[in-house]
Amino acid sequence: MSEYITHEHDVLIIGAGGAGLRAAVEASAAGVKVAVITKSLLGKAHTVMAEGGVAAAMGNVDDRDNWRVHFSDTMRGGQYLNNWRMAELHAKEAPDRVRELEAWGALFDRTKDGRILQRNFGGHRYPRLAHVGDRTGLEMIRTLQDHGIHLGLDVFMEHTVVTLLKDGGRISGAFGYDRERGRFHVFRAKAVVLATGGIGRAFKITSNSWEYTGDGHSLAYHAGAALMDMEFVQFHPTGMIWPPSVRGILVTEGVRGEGGVLRNRDGERFMFKDIPPLYVNQTATSEEEGWRYTQGDKDAKRPPELLTRDHVARCIRREVREGRGSPHGGVFLDIAWIKEKLPNAPEHIKKKLPSMYHQFKQLADIDITKEPMEVGPTTHYMMGGVKVDADSQMSDVPGLFAAGECGAGLHGANRLGGNSLSDLLVFGKRAGEYSAAFAKENSSGAVNPDALATAEKQALEPFGRQSSENPFAVQHALQDLMQDMVGIVRQENEMMQALERIRELKGRADQVSVDGNREYNAGWHTALDLNNLLTVSEIVTRAALERKESRGAHFRDDYPAKDDQFGKFNIVARKGANGEVQLSREPIPSMREDLRNVIEEMK
Amino acid sequence: MATATFRIWRGERGQGSFQDYSTEVSAGMVILDAVHQIQAEHAGDLAVRWNCKAGKCGSCSAEINGMPKLMCMTRLNSLPLDKPVTVEPMKAFPHMKDLVTDVSWNYEVKKRIPKFQPRKPDAQDGTWRIAPEDVDRVQEFRKCIECYLCQDVCHVLRDHHMHDEFIGPRFLVYTAALEMHPLDVGDRREELRRQFGVGLCNITKCCTKVCPESITITDNAIIPLKERVVDRFFDPLSKLFRVFSNSKQ
Ligand SMILES: Cc1cc2nc3c(=O)[nH]c(=O)nc-3n(C[C@H](O)[C@H](O)[C@H](O)COP(=O)(O)OP(=O)(O)OC[C@H]3O[C@@H](n4cnc5c(N)ncnc54)[C@H](O)[C@@H]3O)c2cc1C
Ligand code: SF4
Ligand code: SF4
Ligand code: FES
Repeated sequence: MSEYITHEHDVLIIGAGGAGLRAAVEASAAGVKVAVITKSLLGKAHTVMAEGGVAAAMGNVDDRDNWRVHFSDTMRGGQYLNNWRMAELHAKEAPDRVRELEAWGALFDRTKDGRILQRNFGGHRYPRLAHVGDRTGLEMIRTLQDHGIHLGLDVFMEHTVVTLLKDGGRISGAFGYDRERGRFHVFRAKAVVLATGGIGRAFKITSNSWEYTGDGHSLAYHAGAALMDMEFVQFHPTGMIWPPSVRGILVTEGVRGEGGVLRNRDGERFMFKDIPPLYVNQTATSEEEGWRYTQGDKDAKRPPELLTRDHVARCIRREVREGRGSPHGGVFLDIAWIKEKLPNAPEHIKKKLPSMYHQFKQLADIDITKEPMEVGPTTHYMMGGVKVDADSQMSDVPGLFAAGECGAGLHGANRLGGNSLSDLLVFGKRAGEYSAAFAKENSSGAVNPDALATAEKQALEPFGRQSSENPFAVQHALQDLMQDMVGIVRQENEMMQALERIRELKGRADQVSVDGNREYNAGWHTALDLNNLLTVSEIVTRAALERKESRGAHFRDDYPAKDDQFGKFNIVARKGANGEVQLSREPIPSMREDLRNVIEEMK
Repeated sequence: MATATFRIWRGERGQGSFQDYSTEVSAGMVILDAVHQIQAEHAGDLAVRWNCKAGKCGSCSAEINGMPKLMCMTRLNSLPLDKPVTVEPMKAFPHMKDLVTDVSWNYEVKKRIPKFQPRKPDAQDGTWRIAPEDVDRVQEFRKCIECYLCQDVCHVLRDHHMHDEFIGPRFLVYTAALEMHPLDVGDRREELRRQFGVGLCNITKCCTKVCPESITITDNAIIPLKERVVDRFFDPLSKLFRVFSNSKQ
């Protein structure tokens, strides 16, 4: 093992987004030695891009809000496939986690009486999202980063983990490379926390960056942990669609929260046409009522634009398919219209949505205070992930934890906006706490030199090959495939074809060759990420085939209705003895009575 | 479709040369799109940093036709395409490879700045009440995406290499954000003067001009910091005043 640079820590955290940093802060407070590894620079993880806000039932704007309402909103949004214990912990603990950020220097927008301001968001009954304009994620990651750098964490920037290391059944560390020089590193640790985020790069149109190649999902799966709810990929209804080079970039739901409306080519507010039964009681019946809701009228109900994301995305798709779309194949999102209601509308819009204003102005030559935006669905968030214990966030593999987007459970079939940033805080903290406790109770595991040698050999293979297969081409082919065949609307025959083509792409991935040397080589990194993308794409497809119904983010053209039988279990994937994907249907434990009562009460 | 030529700096650790690449350009493209296209078509090992592709993460800083900019926010239609567009790495930091520089110095600098120190919570519920206006005052500084373009362009770092004496505009903004934070009770004036080199800034405003977040770095952050430092060290009255007041403002 002497040939590898070796690092020893108690807790190794893979990922420096909100979940990873919050875990690091907590673990280090417990007095253990902590390392954080990240593929990019510190402060650049996906969390930095979050716009709308962090959901926490503080009740600052509407005192009818409390954890019970947040809990039932989350469960309803997730179509009751959520891990109810996680949803309970999340709703109860999120307010403290947000206040704690303030004690570490975060500055949220305020109410008139000086408390943290909260805004409306899809699926949340009351204004609940603490926010900083439309750059909440930046404030959050910067706060955690700046707090963390004074805690003695060892941060490995621009390092990528390629495999987890195990000693018998338990975790003993991770193996990876640094981007700068391409040297291999062994990270020995008593406990490992995965906080690697999502899988959006498996799709062509996405709001996600190059980092989102499902690494944590794939690492955990190959290490023997179970993945759950992998069929549930969230397509955000509003991504930019024009010009082509910005396709997929997110347009925050905050636009609709501030009064923005969706219209088709004919100027119709088409969202009023189709309101799902679960939400009829909570949805405005007129445009006027919807507007009043966005302006804080407590007696008004929310406009249908603020229904859950899965529903809004499908309505947009329908309008486009039926020929009522905008010129570039989307629909119109209009915030400029509020000038009919507010005297200083342009200033108001710029203050509330500064980075949206900037983004459209700079990238699309559109002034959103004057004209409508063109938007369409974009791949946004992965509900599925590593199956974990609700309280401790430990996976099936002893010593391996997961938190944030790469974990599963909180969101069920569909995540509500704002529930991710709170998820990162609540479960990042828990993962940090319990991984530190695990590290204190257990000694270091051994590292198997053969495993390292194999991992190194595999990682270097693309350099030696004499083929013309290009890693970028394989990645693009996979993205096209997933977008077309396992996207917003799915059907059996297409997904069967997709599986076949994923198999072919695996063959191609095994043949890719890269030029140049090991130093900061994008082609090589893309080649290595392919394994993860292909692993998760296959599992997503298989799980989507298995769920023969439509629920939340998963919509089947061949089974368009919800089926109660399928509401009783989660689909769980494990790696079989011969390396094949094994799926099982795991019953959802029956809900504690007090929580069931909460749900009844809130109906 | 039209093609354009991009003259990209290729090489490792300062050694290298410009190479020309031609690629197709389409509506709405930004420099980062062109670089990615070149990477996928001609130069698989071309090193470039990026994440969000929406001007939010501050990873993709480079010098485009000599101007420090974010590659993801620089539209091709804002540049003359009849001659090659040059794309090169930032100059104020050690070069790593192609368009990537070693910006780790910035992370080290930040660690040296005394951290946020809140006053005791003063509301009944154990938190704080903060007036919206007090938040508005520092929000500007908190928009910083740490792209380090301001550091790149500041002559104290770029030309005079005073990385040991001067923390640069980014971290003066950061210090200003802490000093003017409505809850913070720390006092960083001593450091500002002696270690952070606030006096080395001669107000050329180059940093302000390149900031992609339009932070008025010089006027709103640096000049007020300079004034505070001057007050503290040269104004006996304000010194006396400080003894009786635990607020910095
Ligand atoms: C544009 C946009 C807007 C959003 N807005 C909101 C919002 O308003 N509210 C909300 O609640 N949610 C929002 N979300 C979702 C939310 O931002 C993300 O789900 C969340 O930030 C994920 O955080 P994380 O800590 O799990 O992962 P990330 O922040 O993505 O961090 C992942 C980390 O893991 C590292 N990593 C990955 N793989 C490896 C590897 N192999 N080796 C080493 N390191 C690795 C990465 O480098 C990175 O540091 C938004 C998402 C996007 C894309
Ligand atoms: S104003 Fe000061 S900090 Fe900014 S570039 Fe000029 S000398 Fe540097
Ligand atoms: S102050 Fe502006 S230019 Fe400087 S790092 Fe921050 S965002 Fe970039
Ligand atoms: S890629 Fe994030 S700022 Fe350019």
